[in-house]
Amino acid sequence: MLAEKLEKRFGDFVAVDGISFRIERGEVFGFLGPNGAGKTSTMRMVACMSPASGGTLLVRGMDPHRHGPAIRAGIGVVPQEDALDGELSVLDNLLVYGRYFDIPRRVARQRALELLDGAQLSGRSSARVESLSGGMRRRLTIARALISRPELLILDEPTTGLDPQARHLVWERLFQLRREGVTLVVTTHYMDEAEQLCDRLVVMERGRIVGEGSPRQLIRQHVTREVLEVRLDDGGYAGVIAALTSAGLADRCEVLADRLLCYGADGDEMLAELDRRRTELGRIELVSALVRRGSLEDVFLALTGRSLNE
Amino acid sequence: MSAARLPVETPLAWRALRAWCYRQAKTWRTLVTMSLFYPTLYLAAIGVGLGSLVDHHLAGVASRASLGGVSDLAFVAPGLLAASAMQIGTQSATWPVFGAMRWDRTYASQLATPLRVVDVLVGHVGYIVVRLLATSVVFLAVIAAFGVVASPQAVLAVPAAVLTGAACATPLFALSATVETEVAFSPLQRLVVVPLFLFSGDFFPISRLPGWLQALAEATPLYHGVALCRGATLGRLDHWSMLGHLAYLVALGSVGLAAARRRFERRLAR
Ligand SMILES: Nc1ncnc2c1ncn2[C@@H]1O[C@H](COP(=O)(O)OP(=O)(O)OP(=O)(O)O)[C@@H](O)[C@H]1O
Ligand SMILES: [Mg+2]
Repeated sequence: MLAEKLEKRFGDFVAVDGISFRIERGEVFGFLGPNGAGKTSTMRMVACMSPASGGTLLVRGMDPHRHGPAIRAGIGVVPQEDALDGELSVLDNLLVYGRYFDIPRRVARQRALELLDGAQLSGRSSARVESLSGGMRRRLTIARALISRPELLILDEPTTGLDPQARHLVWERLFQLRREGVTLVVTTHYMDEAEQLCDRLVVMERGRIVGEGSPRQLIRQHVTREVLEVRLDDGGYAGVIAALTSAGLADRCEVLADRLLCYGADGDEMLAELDRRRTELGRIELVSALVRRGSLEDVFLALTGRSLNE
Repeated sequence: MSAARLPVETPLAWRALRAWCYRQAKTWRTLVTMSLFYPTLYLAAIGVGLGSLVDHHLAGVASRASLGGVSDLAFVAPGLLAASAMQIGTQSATWPVFGAMRWDRTYASQLATPLRVVDVLVGHVGYIVVRLLATSVVFLAVIAAFGVVASPQAVLAVPAAVLTGAACATPLFALSATVETEVAFSPLQRLVVVPLFLFSGDFFPISRLPGWLQALAEATPLYHGVALCRGATLGRLDHWSMLGHLAYLVALGSVGLAAARRRFERRLAR
């Protein structure tokens, strides 16, 4: 898949502002970004469900404008919001969807039963979709997208709103598909998920790509090796920041609502420095302090800032 | 580009139609019962109750003359056939279309598959045509059972009724794809469909209406549908005016379909 200067406009509003990327066969490619960054708009264009307003796009080597049906025949789509048929049973939802791809009835049935098994929904196959929990619906939506055995699967926030067990189940499934060589294009707000699952990813903000690479590359590029997380009782972060930067230990600090993040090469050294300067800093109550490695979450914060974008 | 060949041959719109039918097949018993029950009820009420009332207490002969020399039942039955097609057409082109657009987002799901917007539209319209066809066949059978079918031409009442229903449906597809809420649908049924039902010549000839109302009635699709259905069951299709009725319905249906296509493209492919 290849996108060059891809654009999406809604009237005067530019939702996707000329982004370029290339996704190889068998790759797991992630789109990260705050709410309203343009991820869903991008997914819909990539899934050939919504026409690009500008730029070029090739999916499965074809032009969506001319070969939409042929391209979509090989794509599975998991939209951000489930769009299941509430009046049909769980099994029928899969069967009807399979028929859109013209999968013979018997084959569709066979696959549907396998997929329900894999999604741990076998017991509910004759239940109406209306009676399913959010997690079950999500798993059903993913199963539905797989009924056509797509070579490219596009997932828009597949795990949002799921409890940890359900998330894990979905996750396992994605890893399995990755092993089977299915190309995955995913958006997510879970950084740990993206870090483990994605071969490469881009970070979007306000319709533009602000960072791209493998999780490891991105972390190396945009954050320090270690991070000291400090929680204080009284929120007197200014002194801590001054102390660590003047000692040349922290490159950068981020104040979050409940904690302070200090980026530096050596977290333990930063912590030791705070200890040494305890008297000078006055009575700071260290509620907790934690040294960890830089992560994708830090990349996200560094690239997109902490203010809401919308 | 050879890769552009579709891996499978079933026409895309047909796949959508098939899916709608499959969905409905679960409740086909109710559907058949309903499509038998209402015609029988209406025709029995009119034939037995109203018919005898009119014939006995009002000057039956005079009444008959104004109906073109046929019994009340023979006059009203094809009118009801057309009216029921209109009702099915309007009902299935409002809430279900709005729902598929907004609530279940059936259309959006279909568009993630090989189907295109035009297939989604044609598939859904096609399904309504199939429904109209099934109910009209049943309705005509009931009319025949009441013994008020005058000629073999009567079979043409089925396509006439289907056309009536479809011509009412397609403009409403466009409307349902445009409106932001479904609040307009109830008033539409009560303030447009029901008056049409009463005043489009299905129960009595519109010549009995005041002049301005007559002109209004002649502008409605049901009036033309009724005329075609009645022409068929009474064996009086061989009249030039029938072409006019046909042309009206075909034109309305086509304009509606074109408008619906534009609205669907605008809403779904954005
Ligand atoms: N159909 C539409 N009409 C007008 N504006 C739209 C439409 N769809 C999206 N937008 C706007 O485009 C911007 C990007 O939306 P998009 O849904 O792509 O963001 P996102 O990255 O998926 O956000 P989220 O994480 O909240 O899902 C938003 O500001 C949104 O309001
Ligand atoms: Mg989104």
